This record gives sequence, structure tokens and C-alpha cells, in this order.
Amino acid sequence: MPARRLELVDPDLCVGCMSCMFACSRRFGDSGLNYSAIHVRSVGGVERGFTVIVCRACDDPSCAKVCPTSALRMRRGGGVTLDAKLCIGCGYCVRACPFGAIFWDGVNDKPIICTHCGYCVDFCPYGVLRVM
Amino acid sequence: MPLVDEQLARVLRVDLTNKRYRVERRDDLFSRYLGGTGVAVQLLKENLNPRVDPLSPDNVVVMAVGVLTGVYPAASKLVAMFKSPLTGNLGESHAGGRAALALRMSGFGALVLEGSSETPIYLSVHDGRVEFKDASALWGVRSSLTIGKVLREREPWPGLRSIMRIGRAGERLVRYASVILETYRHFGRLGLGAVWGSKRLKALVIGGRRAVPVADVRGYREIYKQIFEECLRSPSTRKYHELGTAENVMPLNEIGGLPTRNLRSARFEGAELISGERFAKESLARRIACAHCPIACVHIASIREIYPGEKYFYVTRYISYDYEPIYALGSMLGVSEIEGILKLIEQTDILGLDAISSGVALAWATEAFERGVISERETIVRPEWGDWRTYLKMLELIVDQPNDFYGVLAEGTERASERYGCQDCALTFGGNEMPGYHTGPASHIGYLIGLRHSHLDNAGYSLDQRYLGKSYPDPDALVDELVEEESWRQVLTSLVICLFARGVYKPEMISRALKPLGIEIDEEDLRALGREIYREKLDLKIRMGFDPSRLRVPRRIFETPSPQGRIDEGYVMRALDRYRRIAVPPH
Ligand code: SF4
Ligand code: SF4
Ligand code: SF4
Repeated sequence: MPARRLELVDPDLCVGCMSCMFACSRRFGDSGLNYSAIHVRSVGGVERGFTVIVCRACDDPSCAKVCPTSALRMRRGGGVTLDAKLCIGCGYCVRACPFGAIFWDGVNDKPIICTHCGYCVDFCPYGVLRVM
Repeated sequence: MPLVDEQLARVLRVDLTNKRYRVERRDDLFSRYLGGTGVAVQLLKENLNPRVDPLSPDNVVVMAVGVLTGVYPAASKLVAMFKSPLTGNLGESHAGGRAALALRMSGFGALVLEGSSETPIYLSVHDGRVEFKDASALWGVRSSLTIGKVLREREPWPGLRSIMRIGRAGERLVRYASVILETYRHFGRLGLGAVWGSKRLKALVIGGRRAVPVADVRGYREIYKQIFEECLRSPSTRKYHELGTAENVMPLNEIGGLPTRNLRSARFEGAELISGERFAKESLARRIACAHCPIACVHIASIREIYPGEKYFYVTRYISYDYEPIYALGSMLGVSEIEGILKLIEQTDILGLDAISSGVALAWATEAFERGVISERETIVRPEWGDWRTYLKMLELIVDQPNDFYGVLAEGTERASERYGCQDCALTFGGNEMPGYHTGPASHIGYLIGLRHSHLDNAGYSLDQRYLGKSYPDPDALVDELVEEESWRQVLTSLVICLFARGVYKPEMISRALKPLGIEIDEEDLRALGREIYREKLDLKIRMGFDPSRLRVPRRIFETPSPQGRIDEGYVMRALDRYRRIAVPPH
């Protein structure tokens, strides 16, 4: 079975409710937003709609290339996985991702990497997201 | 019970006079009152001399969120409390957008603004710090929307922040000036914008991102899912997403409860043209949500206009609409064109005026003009029902105040009518301009005795609708029911739950939702807490000079038939008597 990947269906359907962000963060047990690997923001004012920033599951990921300790490794099905023990918190990956899709976990000082688990999809009420 | 999330108890106190800030821990307040209204009442009692002039540096603004913010869906309101320059009494206003979440994510549960800056400033709050920034160049900028755009570029935390600011109405101390946030949400009512203006506070940007610990993860996830699903499934919330509150226009008009032309009528022949259905068909552009709310009730319309003087050049603008502004700037002014209503709403946003108070003030002015109580010497332009182009100019005049008349109109409908006459047609309750429901005695009694004089205090209008065609309760029973409902709503607004989600957050659900956060409180104790907060708030109001025996009832409400027939003055008086006995218990 090919590995799952998270996909954006249509960001124009997004209402900016942030439910996906809270869902992603909740995977780790806390509420709030610290652990969210997905980010929704307006396109220069809410009247113009929203952009959903999340890992695109690259086949040739920029983030992994710059990781000095190989903490980021290519994931089957695209994207990367993080080996937190190897991560030194340098933040190069954050700057390398062209989509700006790596966020920072301020509690542990580590990048937040989307695992393409699909938990957020269940909490998007408007069909913006899906897992393939 | 200690709070699981310690940061909630942090109160950020900002001294605008000396440009200093400090953080105070108030576990006592947050664990007892849960946040929002309950906490704000206490912080105001501690910090505000109830007799101060609302536009003096001594006024204090408290803003607070609750234990559920950032934890469960739709706990999305920021409660602001202050002394209102419009009513001279307690001001409480709630705003959605991202404000509540941003405050909590920045590591605070409440914010207290004190003193007044000598020169215009704006505040930037993030990473536990407050920066005081010069806003001299932003002061006087024509549109509040520009301020939003400018700060969007300059400030951190895109997507996770709130940009609250005032318009020129706030700067010029119009007593019903609003604070605008995220383009489409407001602290609309009771003049928070003027209080900020008097403190020379142009804007407040706040944002952050953090984890909020819970006590029982499994229980939390389970209840989260239930609340989330109910928000989406329940018909009581679905309707807010579909047509939105604008859906009310038609049913209210059909029963004869839609205030029209300064409530000379409660049916509007143009209702169909400004109905929720029409708005959706002709101009709805998108729907958006407040932070952490799946309901997404904010309806945004677009208008496309050709550029004057340039061929094939169009501009598209976006304006949000709701039932209340459609009533206040539509039926109340006899405006039956969607374009006109949208432009009037846009104008109140640009200037930073409360849409409801503005509409009611213009309606009073139009009637006073028609009756010859005032003339063009006062009004400068000629107000006429339905003529929205003139009303657009009048909104500017309220802000510019080129003569005495507009200076007084900027103080509110109540004061303008005291000065110029036509008091019977000044539709204010406790000094606040009326909301859009002429549904029967309960709505008006509700505005009079509600502690904010708002229709959301106790939902009198929904009692009227519930008793439509049935036997109406006697005045004592009605007042008791209103007070009981308002007491319960103190719990909702302390948890800063959006009142549109009140059908989901029943006492039983709230009690269950609090458990995984380490807070054990059963339904009965929740209700008791609501009554306590109600009493505390009423007490604060009385200290500010609220006197239930001196409430003015606008005669107009007895003249225009409601869906319950003509409202009987004796009934209303008996109800107010009952309320006085509750409000000032004999010692
Ligand atoms: S984080 Fe960015 S660069 Fe890395 S795989 Fe995802 S989208 Fe590609
Ligand atoms: S797929 Fe999983 S990790 Fe990725 S954004 Fe959604 S919830 Fe977060
Ligand atoms: S849950 Fe869906 S609609 Fe809500 S912000 Fe996320 S992508 Fe947008």
C-alpha cells in the first residue's frame, strides 16, 4: 500500500476557522497551537480568502537537503520524517522549505514536521483537505 | 482548584501614561470566575473609580478570555469592559475575529489598559513583551481599513494575531465609536472606540502561538469531537453558516417586528429586497470564520464599481453584513437597496462607528427633520428616508462635527433628543440605541433591564417569539425569566462562548467540557455562578449610577403595533417595578 499523503483540494473553500491547526496540534495531547504542522492565513486580508500552508510531500525535499545531521529523512510517499534525537534545532529546514511549511515548536525547540497522518482532514468542515 | 494552564491567570497591565507594563497573577479570579465577563467585572471593580468621566485618563479598559479559549471550538469572543461614554454606565462589548485566541496564545488571560498617552501610540504585544509605538502618522488617516493594512505589513505573527484599531470616529470621540478588528469584526457597541481615542490609543496588535496543557487528554479529545460535530450538525448553528443572521429579515417582517423608518412601522415594504436570500443571491462573496470556530457565520459581500473617469476600470470591494446593520442602516432608514446598505456599512467601518447606534441616530434625525424640530441649519444636508447617499454624508458629518448639531449627535441619540426635542421618537434604552427587534414587550423590557441594554443580554425577542399566539406570561414571571436567562448567559460570556453556539454549550455540556481541564463544576453550580456574576455586574452598574427607577421608555414602542399587538404601557411599567425590586433588594 502506498504511503498516505495530505493534499489540498481547494483553498478557496477555506473559511479560516483554524480547526485543522487545532487538530494537528492536539495529536500531541495539548490544546493550543504549538504543535501544528499546518497553518492557515489570509491572503493579505480575510476578504481575499485564505492560503493553507502545509507540507507538499515533495519527492525531492529541500528541507532534507540542508539538514546538517540527517535528522530529516525522506519519507516513502514524499516529504520527510524527523528523528528528533538527531535534530540540533538549527532551523535550516524552516528556511529551506520553499512553501514555508515547516513551523517551529517553541516548547522543544524543534521543527514541526507533517507526518501526513490525515488527522486534520477529519476536522476540516469544508472539504479543503484530503488524504490520498 | 489550581488552573492546569497557569498562563491563563496572567493579567497584563499596561499603563499608557508612563508607557510601562507589568504582569499580575490572578489565579484567584480565573479559577473562581472562569474568565471573560466574570473576571472583567472583578478587575474593573478593583481598578476603576465608578464615578470617573469615561473619556478621562482615569477610565480603565479590561479585556478578558476564558478557560475554553483556544481549547474548544467557538469559545472565540474577547470581552471588553469599561465605562461607556455613550451611557455613562458600564460598557461591555464582545468581539470575535482572532482577538480572543491571540490574547491567550500570547500568554495572557486578561489585559488592563490604564491612563492615557500624550501623543498617539499603538501597542504591539507578543512574546511576553509590550512595545509602545508611535502612531502620530496613523492618527487622522481617512480609513480604519488602511490602518489594518499598514499594521499587517509591519507586525509579526501573520494568521495568529489580531489587529484592533479605531477609526476617525474614535479619535474624534464620537460616543458610539467602535474598535475594528480583522477587517470585519468589531467591538461595536457602547463606545469603546471613543475610550481608546481619549487615551490616544490608535491600535493594539497582539499575537502568538503556544501550547495549552490539559489534565485529561483522552477525555479532552472525546469531548472536543462531540462539540465540534454538534457545532456543524445542529440546526441552531447551521443557520448562522447558511444565510447567516440576515435570514431574520423576512420572518421578522412577516410577523411585523422589523423596525422600519424609526419604528413608525414594524413592516417594511422593501424587506424582500434586503432579505438574507437576496444578499446571498446578489452579492455574497465568501463566508469566513472567527478563529477556532467551525460555524463560519461571517458573510462577506462584494460590490463592483466602475472607476469614475477611467474606462474599463473596475474596483471590487468587500463588506461584511449581518442582520443588525441591515436593520439599522436599511429598514430603520427606509433603505431598500442592497448597494446602499453595503455602502453605509462600509462607511461605518471606514470611520469606525457602531452601525446600530449610527442608524438609529440617523433615523431620529430624519424624523426630527420631517417634523420640523430641526432644519437644514442643523443637518446641513436634507435627510430623507431611503436616500442612502445623503446618509453617507451624514455619517461623515457625525465624525467631522462641523456644527453644534453634529457635535451633539456624536454624543448619541439620547442627548441629541434631550437638546433638540422629539424625545418620544428617540429609540434608546438606558442611553443605548435599540437593536432590531420590535417583537413585543419582552424585547423592549429586555433592552431596558439587560445589563448592557443589548438584545443579547437576555433574548427578550426570543421570548416574544416563543409566546406568539400563546398566552403571554404576567409581567413578574416574564421579568424573572429574563433575569434567569441573563444570569445563565453570564456563564457563557465568562467562558467567552459565542452566543451563536449557545445551543451546543448547554449546562451539561459545559460541565463535561471543563472536566478534562481539571475543573469540576456541576450544572447547578454553574447556574449559581451565573447568578453571582449577574449580581456582581449589577452591583457595579449601580455603583456607576444605574438607577432602574429612572429608565426612560420611548413612547414610540407603545404606538407602533408589535406582533403581540399594541404593547400595553401598564404591563411594561409593572415589569419594571418587578425589576426594581430585584435590582435593589430591601435590606
Ligand atoms: S517540508 Fe517543505 S521542502 Fe520539506 S518535504 Fe515538505 S514541502 Fe517539501
Ligand atoms: S496530516 Fe497530520 S501532521 Fe500533517 S497537518 Fe494534518 S494532522 Fe498535522
Ligand atoms: S479546517 Fe478547513 S476550512 Fe478550517 S481553516 Fe483548516 S482548511 Fe480552512
